[in-house]
Amino acid sequence: MILPCFPHWAGEEGIGEVSTVAITGLERDGMIAAIFSGFLLALLAPTVVRLARRQAGWLLALLPAGLTLYFARLLGPVSAGRTVAVSVPWVPDLGISLSFYLDGLSLLFALLICGVGALVVVYAGSYLKGHPHLGRFYLYLLAFMASMLGLVLADNGLTMFVFWELTGLASFLLIGFEHERESARAAALQALLVTGAGGLALLAGLVLLAQASGSAELSTLLQNGRSLQGHPLYLPILLLVLAGAFTKSAQFPFHFWLPGAMEAPTPVSAYLHSATMVKAGVYLLARLSPVLGGSDAWHYLVVGAGTATMLLGALIALWQADLKRLLAYSTVSTLGALVLLLGLDTVLSVKAATLFLLAHALYKGALFLVAGVVDHETGTRDVTRLGNLARAMPVTALAAGLAALSMAGLPPLLGFINKELLYEAKLQAPRAAVWVTGAGVLANVCLVAVAGTVGLAPFLRRRADLPKKPHEAPPAMLLGPAVLAAMSLLCGLFPETVANSLLSAAVSAVRAQPTVVELKLWHGINPVFALSVLTLAAGAGLFAARDVLRRAGALGDAVGRFGPQRWYQGLLAGLNGLARAQTRLLQHGYLRLYLMTVILTTVGLVGSALLLGGGEVRPMGGLGDVRFHEWVIAALILLGALMAVTTSSRLAAAAALSVIGYGVALIYMLFSAPDLAMTQFAVETLTVILFVLVVYRLPRFAALSGRGARVRDALVALLAGGLMTALVLIATSVPREPHLAAFFAQYSWPLAKGRNVVNVILVDFRALDTLGEITVLGVAAIGVYALLRLRPSSHPR
Amino acid sequence: MFSLILSTAVRYLFPLMLLFSVFLLLRGHNEPGGGFVGGLVVAAAFAFYAIAFGVPAARRTLGVDPRALIGIGLMVAVLSGLPSVLLGLPFMTGLWAEPTLPVLGKVGTPLLFDVGVYLAVIGVMLTIIFTLAEE
Amino acid sequence: METILAFVIGGLYAAGLYMLLRRSLVKLVIGLALLGQAANLLIFTLGRLLRGRPPLVPPDAAALAGSSADPVPQALILTAIVIGFGVHAFTIILIKRAYQTVDSDDLDDFRTTDQ
Repeated sequence: MILPCFPHWAGEEGIGEVSTVAITGLERDGMIAAIFSGFLLALLAPTVVRLARRQAGWLLALLPAGLTLYFARLLGPVSAGRTVAVSVPWVPDLGISLSFYLDGLSLLFALLICGVGALVVVYAGSYLKGHPHLGRFYLYLLAFMASMLGLVLADNGLTMFVFWELTGLASFLLIGFEHERESARAAALQALLVTGAGGLALLAGLVLLAQASGSAELSTLLQNGRSLQGHPLYLPILLLVLAGAFTKSAQFPFHFWLPGAMEAPTPVSAYLHSATMVKAGVYLLARLSPVLGGSDAWHYLVVGAGTATMLLGALIALWQADLKRLLAYSTVSTLGALVLLLGLDTVLSVKAATLFLLAHALYKGALFLVAGVVDHETGTRDVTRLGNLARAMPVTALAAGLAALSMAGLPPLLGFINKELLYEAKLQAPRAAVWVTGAGVLANVCLVAVAGTVGLAPFLRRRADLPKKPHEAPPAMLLGPAVLAAMSLLCGLFPETVANSLLSAAVSAVRAQPTVVELKLWHGINPVFALSVLTLAAGAGLFAARDVLRRAGALGDAVGRFGPQRWYQGLLAGLNGLARAQTRLLQHGYLRLYLMTVILTTVGLVGSALLLGGGEVRPMGGLGDVRFHEWVIAALILLGALMAVTTSSRLAAAAALSVIGYGVALIYMLFSAPDLAMTQFAVETLTVILFVLVVYRLPRFAALSGRGARVRDALVALLAGGLMTALVLIATSVPREPHLAAFFAQYSWPLAKGRNVVNVILVDFRALDTLGEITVLGVAAIGVYALLRLRPSSHPR
Repeated sequence: MFSLILSTAVRYLFPLMLLFSVFLLLRGHNEPGGGFVGGLVVAAAFAFYAIAFGVPAARRTLGVDPRALIGIGLMVAVLSGLPSVLLGLPFMTGLWAEPTLPVLGKVGTPLLFDVGVYLAVIGVMLTIIFTLAEE
Repeated sequence: METILAFVIGGLYAAGLYMLLRRSLVKLVIGLALLGQAANLLIFTLGRLLRGRPPLVPPDAAALAGSSADPVPQALILTAIVIGFGVHAFTIILIKRAYQTVDSDDLDDFRTTDQ
């Protein structure tokens, strides 16, 4: 369903009036199908791989490719300011619906997810050719893609959270795909724990947000705009949501899991850790910035974290030697820059962030895929050994070069336009523009050097020390880098197309008002251009000095050893230690000590509640009406209990139990419960028979505990018994209103034709309960029979 | 361990206890009694019988395997809930026949249910006791 | 009378729990039986005590008199007594088998699930 979305998003009610465009429902149903077809295909993937061994990648890529076309078709309506919404009730009682919603921002992400997804699926088919678990790999990858789509299309906050967690789970499986390696398992667990903890914070934040605003639907929240910022819950909500976004998008101090996640196969890194998953945090910030953004807290937290991450990532990237780690740290830097831009919260900064998102996905995706090709063909990812590859792998070299130039920000590539816009936005930052711009220039200088190290040096350097003789990669592995690099170039040459169709809609969504983005390749010579030139020159200088920097990097690594990674490990070790300690303390295997723990805890909690709550003990009626024989019965029961406890003979204990049983039966008889009395007498008789039958086959009473233990246990038992006495005294001193009894008393005869109300309850009103009870009895009897008669023949005795 | 006094007493008590149990069962809806206590009395009667004359004799007198009685009792109890379902009423809605019989009073499905309880309790108790005694 | 029964119940609970805390297997069974009686009596007492007013509808009336004993706790306890016996028998047999298998009646020897 297509709705006009500006100035605000229309709710479900507004659909009827706006059907000026012919609406077929195709878009609406298509969106649900788009998300869930991914999950379906994921389940089928292992079968597809088994049947179509070599061509599986191409076959499976048809779905993401088709989805890309489907979303591309929506470009027209969405850039005309319309949105697509669909809602299916899920848990109506809790106000949770499976509702989805597509605007410019979602569309930008959906296109990236499906487009890059298709390329990665094709690529992986060749990269992991012959891998025994390729089917499983596709299962995880496609499930991840579907989850990611669900995340960016979800309208309901809780729906979004579910998909958010699904992406975390899928990425755990993907990072740990080569699970035979210890390091891959550790990295997967680290990513899961860090993003999972953030996810929990996000859930809390979303629940609070829904409570504070009265709606869990993001589209409704967006309509209300920034009205929430005066709410007392605003700061907690902001902190929790930011915790979720920062962990997912690897912001300082949670950035360390991203380089660790490079343990994943390269197609995964290209897909998850450049184009999609790590951008989920950025998506969340962009999505909620119309609601939460603009406050001082937002500004300081988001800009602060973003700037720190941007600088840290760029600096650490400088001295990495592994292609993938270089790219990982530069990605961290970029994520920081994106967060920083969203924190600035100006029209210009949002434009820059949106464009950066696209430009980065294109060039970083290409570079990651190239790194995989190089690794695959040469057997190493070490930049100090790579070189001279341009002749052997011309297509790869061309794609890598284009992507690297885009990353460095050279015209006529998209990265150049992007960098100009970036600087413009930072120069016009509302606060501390000089510092923000300075930090941005510094980070970009580093990234220029990184781009050269990754995209140019391996192909053009004269020296080389390769384990294998390189060949050009197969077409399936060239398609991805080539297409992405070509997109960087095409978008740079024809920026108007990109701007008008996609970015305007996305920026409008983030700003919650119609915004036009006009991109030009050439802005003329101005301060921004001067900064660009300065960046390139300084970056080139750093690039030339890269070998020196790498040697100096040992110092940086030494410092880094005390960084957040260390904190994480300490925390994890502490948690394990705590678990071990409490298990040793509580799970000792002694039944009586478990019981002791339970008893003392109960006595402690209930007792303290009674003492603090002032449960008043007013004995009812006093003792004046108690007759002599009642005293005798009570005394007999207590004497029986004493005897059962103190005797050293099994037979005496059984006799004591009988005394107690018959005593209790007498109490039932005296106090108006003839049915109970009869039943109790009959049962006691049977119990006596039972004991006669078994008592001499049971082990003798053994006094196994020492005197001290007996005294201690007696005290605990008396304490618990005293508590029960107090409870009965308190409970019986409160007037009682037996509603249930009144019902049964009134209807027993008229409805159930019975005068014995107890029996009527058992066989008529609550007959189903009785049926359950006699079933339990039957089970107990069968249990006895089975224990005695059915013995495993292989038993050691 | 044969005892003349016990066996003579049981010989006279046994039929009386069985009769008493049926009496308890049937009047249970209006007076103290019912399937539970009735079943227990039968079980006690057979337990005494087993002690006096041995378990094989008790089993012969009972005629049915007590384990089968558990099943039969449960079945009867469940079946007593079905007539109401056939009439479109909720499961186990009590239904009563119009004529009032002597001793029984009104006859209806709850009485049938109580018979099921009675049989199941007999089966359970005797399964336990016989199994133990034969051990 | 509730006051006296409160102490009887407390005494039964104390005795039952004390037996549960023993190391001897057999004492565990005695403890469970004591707890069963205590629990039944607890429910019974909480339903209030009345002498000579069983919950039977008189032949000449259609409803129970207001001052009769509460039938609900009685219905609960009635099944509890019978089930208590069944579970009790099961426990005894279980313990007997455990004794045979582990060859010990000391619960401290039951610390691991390994042989």
